[in-house]
Amino acid sequence: MDLFEYQGRDLFERHGLPVLGGGVAETPQEARAIAERLGGKVVVKAQVKVGGRGKAGGVKLADGADEAEARATDILGMDIKGHTVHKVMLAETADIKEEYYFSYLLDRANRTFLCIASVAGGMEIETVAEEQPDRVAKIAIDASKGVDEAKAREIVAAAQYPAEVAEQIVDIAVKLWQAFVAEDATLVEVNPLAKVGDGRVLLLDAKITLDENAAFRHPDHEALVDQSAVDPLEQAAKAKNLNYVKLDGEVGIIGNGAGLVMSTLDVVAYAGEQHGNVKPANFLDIGGGASAQVMANGLEIVLGDPAVKSVFVNVFGGITACDEVANGIIQALALLTERGETVTKPLVVRLDGNNAEAGRAILDGANNPLVERVDTMDGAAARAAELAAAGK
Amino acid sequence: MAIWLTKDSKVIVQGMTGSEGSKHTRRMLAAGTNVVGGVNPRKAGTTVDFDGTSLPVFASVSEAMKETGADVSVIFVPPAFTKAAIVEAIDAEIPLAVVITEGVPVQDSAAAWAYNVDRGQKTRIIGPNCPGIASPGASNAGIIPADITPGGRIGLVSKSGTLTYQLMYELRDFGFSTAVGIGGDPVIGTTHIDALKAFQDDPDTDAIVMIGEIGGDAEERAAEFIKANVTKPVVGYIAGFTAPPGKTMGHAGAIISGSAGTADAKKEALEAAGVKVGKTPSETARLMREVMS
Repeated sequence: MDLFEYQGRDLFERHGLPVLGGGVAETPQEARAIAERLGGKVVVKAQVKVGGRGKAGGVKLADGADEAEARATDILGMDIKGHTVHKVMLAETADIKEEYYFSYLLDRANRTFLCIASVAGGMEIETVAEEQPDRVAKIAIDASKGVDEAKAREIVAAAQYPAEVAEQIVDIAVKLWQAFVAEDATLVEVNPLAKVGDGRVLLLDAKITLDENAAFRHPDHEALVDQSAVDPLEQAAKAKNLNYVKLDGEVGIIGNGAGLVMSTLDVVAYAGEQHGNVKPANFLDIGGGASAQVMANGLEIVLGDPAVKSVFVNVFGGITACDEVANGIIQALALLTERGETVTKPLVVRLDGNNAEAGRAILDGANNPLVERVDTMDGAAARAAELAAAGK
Repeated sequence: MAIWLTKDSKVIVQGMTGSEGSKHTRRMLAAGTNVVGGVNPRKAGTTVDFDGTSLPVFASVSEAMKETGADVSVIFVPPAFTKAAIVEAIDAEIPLAVVITEGVPVQDSAAAWAYNVDRGQKTRIIGPNCPGIASPGASNAGIIPADITPGGRIGLVSKSGTLTYQLMYELRDFGFSTAVGIGGDPVIGTTHIDALKAFQDDPDTDAIVMIGEIGGDAEERAAEFIKANVTKPVVGYIAGFTAPPGKTMGHAGAIISGSAGTADAKKEALEAAGVKVGKTPSETARLMREVMS
C-alpha cells in the first residue's frame, strides 16, 4: 500500500523524525483553519499518488489563511494525470539551502534491503543515477543487523553528505530505519531531505510503501487505506476476502492461483485480438482450495460489473476441487435469480485437475443455457472473447 | 533420481496438527511420501493417525531429526509464526525446508534469509508462498497434486502453483523428474537459477521448463545464467504480458513498477539466451514437445 505524502509526514513525526508542521484538508475551510494554526506562509500541496504534481499546478504558496483557502479551492477537485485531488496538505514553508536524497527499500535481487543516498536531491533519483552515477551511493543493509549508528556513519560517508549536516543525518538514518522496520515498510523515500536556513536537516517529502502481508500486526494501517481511490467492485471483493483487481475490458475472469489467472488474462487478450478487440475486465483469483461459497462470491462480484459481457471461469484443480467450483457456479446463478436479478451474461467454463470429471458432470447436468463448457484453456478463452464481442 | 527430493527423503511437517498441515500430510502420505512425523511443541509426545498411519509429534525440528532421521521439513504454520518456524529449521540444519505459507511479511522472509546466510546456508529454503516440490513417483513435499503426471525426464521450475499444474498436465505423457514451485513472493529462498543449476547437473533431467511472471528481474538473471551455464534445452513461459503497470496481480511480487519487470523484457532476455518462450501455456507445452521428440 502506497501512502499519501501527508500520511508519510505524520508517520515520520510519530517516529521522532524532523518534519515541518502540517495538516491535511478536504475542504477550503479546513485548509483555512490549518493555515491559521500554522501561521504565516504555507505551502498547499495536492495529495495524489502520482509524480509531476508541481508542474500540473498542484503545489502553491500562500501567504496567510485567506490565500491558503483560495489556493485550496483551486487545487481541490483538480485532475492530475487522471487522479482527482480529494485532499490537500498544508505545511509550513522552509528556507531550503540544500537538497539531498535518502531512501530505504527492499532489494529483491539480493534478498535484503538497500539504502540509496545522494547529495543530489529534489529531482528523480533515476535521473541522477543516470547522469551523475558517482553522486548516488547504494549501501546494502543486512536484514538481521539493520542500521545502527556505525552503519549510519558508513551511509553518510558513502553518500558524501557535507560535514556540517553529517551528525544530523546519522541520527535521521537510524530513526528512519527504525520506522521502516516498525511499520513493515518496503520503501521509504525522502526527497528532498533538506538543509534549511537555520542549519537543521528536515524530511520535506515522503514516499512510503507498506507491506500488506504485515497488516495482521498493524491494525492501525487499515485507516491509511484511501477509500476514495478504491473501486467499489474492488471494495466489495475485499469485504469477501477475494483477490480482485478491476481492469478495463469486457471479459470477466475467474481462476485459481495468481499465475494461472495472469496467464488467463493474456490468453483472453490474445483471443480478443480476433474478436472485436475485447479485453479482460478483471483479475480474480479464488485461491487454493476454494469452496462452492467462494466461487459463488466471486461470480457475484464479476457479474455485478456492468462492463462485463461474458465470463471465463478457468480452473485447474490442485487443492481446489472442480466439483466445488461447479457447485459454486450453479449456486451463484440460482442465488441471483432468487434475488430477482436476471442473469443474461454467458459463462464459459474450463475445468481440469482435481475432480474435473465430477465438476463437468455437475455443469452438464444443470443444463443451464448460459453455461458453456469448453475443454481447453485456449478454446474457452476464444469462446469467451467471441461471446463478449457479440454482447458489446 | 531427481533434484532435492527423492524416494529416500524423510519428511516432517511443521504445523502438522493444524487444519492445512493435517490435510496435506494426508495427501502427501497418499502420494507415497515418506512422512515420518510432525512438529508442535504443545502436542509433543502425542501421535496423529492418518488413515492408519500413526505419526509422532515432536517438540522441535531438531528432536524430530534426531528421532527419525528426517531431512526435509514442510512448513504449514500461519504467517505470524512462519519466520520462527524457518529459523527453527535453520537452527536444526535440516537440508531442505519447504515453506508453503502464503502472506508472510517480506521483512520476515528477508530476516529468515539473512539468518540462513549467517548460519552458512546449511538449509535450502523453498518458498514461502509456494506449492512445494514434487518428484513424481518418488516423493512429494507440499501441495502439488501427485496424480497429474508420472515420473519422467522433464524438470520444471515455476513461480506459480497452478501454472505448474497446468504445464505438468499438458506434458503428462512425457512425465517429470522434479517440479519445483519457488513461489511468487518478492523474497524467496530458492531461485530459478538454483533450480536450473540443479537440473543441469541432474543426470535424469533432459530438458527444463521455466515459468516466470511479471515483477522483479529474477527471470532476466536466470537468462544470463542459462547463457553461461545451461546446456540442456530450456523452454520458458512468462505470465502477465497484458498486466497493467502498478497493479499487484495476486502474488505480492507480481507488480510492474517503472519500466522493470515486464513480461516482454523477460521474454526478450530469455530468447537472447537461446530459450524458446511460449506466449501461452499451450504454446509452451508445444515447444517442449518439439524438444522432447
